[in-house]
Amino acid sequence: MTTRMTTRRTFLALAAGAVAAPALAQLPPNIVALRRAALDEAIRKVTGGAPVRTGRVKIDMPPLIDNGNAVPVEITVESPMTAADHVRTIHFFTEKNPQPNVIGATLGPRAGRARLATRARIADTGQVIALAQMSDGSFWMERIEVVVTLSACLEDGLI
Amino acid sequence: MARVVVTLPATARKGEVIEIRTLAGHEMETGFRRTELGVAIPRDIITSFRCTYNGVEVFRAELHPALAANPLITFHTVATESGKLEFRWTGDKGYTATHVAQITVV
Repeated sequence: MTTRMTTRRTFLALAAGAVAAPALAQLPPNIVALRRAALDEAIRKVTGGAPVRTGRVKIDMPPLIDNGNAVPVEITVESPMTAADHVRTIHFFTEKNPQPNVIGATLGPRAGRARLATRARIADTGQVIALAQMSDGSFWMERIEVVVTLSACLEDGLI
Repeated sequence: MARVVVTLPATARKGEVIEIRTLAGHEMETGFRRTELGVAIPRDIITSFRCTYNGVEVFRAELHPALAANPLITFHTVATESGKLEFRWTGDKGYTATHVAQITVV
């Protein structure tokens, strides 16, 4: 009796392994870490390693996305937009896309209002990040979670 | 020929912040997709957008494959003087599109 139990357990373990293996074959096993590293690298490329504070930036997008191919995104930054105090750049990133960058905009005091709206492709449920650089050189950001039901452009499981 | 649509008010008061909506007809092929035969489809996207107001740059953006097809970019500017706003999109495979809009500031 005990021998049979062990055999079944071993069989189940092997079977589970056999099912899981082909699914993992398409993506490297550390894909989550790789994408996180790519996102951190993309942010560092913009900030140059300067500290980033949370606040002043607001992302307006649906928390539940039916179709990831065209997701309306609106980014607003709190700023008086004067010559002395304005927003210099606004960047938008996603965590789960093959490349983290979505758009990088350069504004100035002549923008009048620090608001940018566009439509993005979001590959999968995860974080999206908006990063703004002010005229004094400081960086501010907001990070939110979004849920995607139909993901964009990843039908073959490529990164 | 590249097709673009730009929406902005024809007239504005001096100092008013106006909204400019721009849309460029483009597939924005990401370069991450494959055909049925498994051949990678090369990237073909708009990479940059620029708006100048009477020759002075007021807005610029770099675009990446993660922007949806027919990229829509909405931004704002202060109506400072009458004149023209020029919009220019450039991208892969020598893609360029331009649009000029007139604005009257009263």
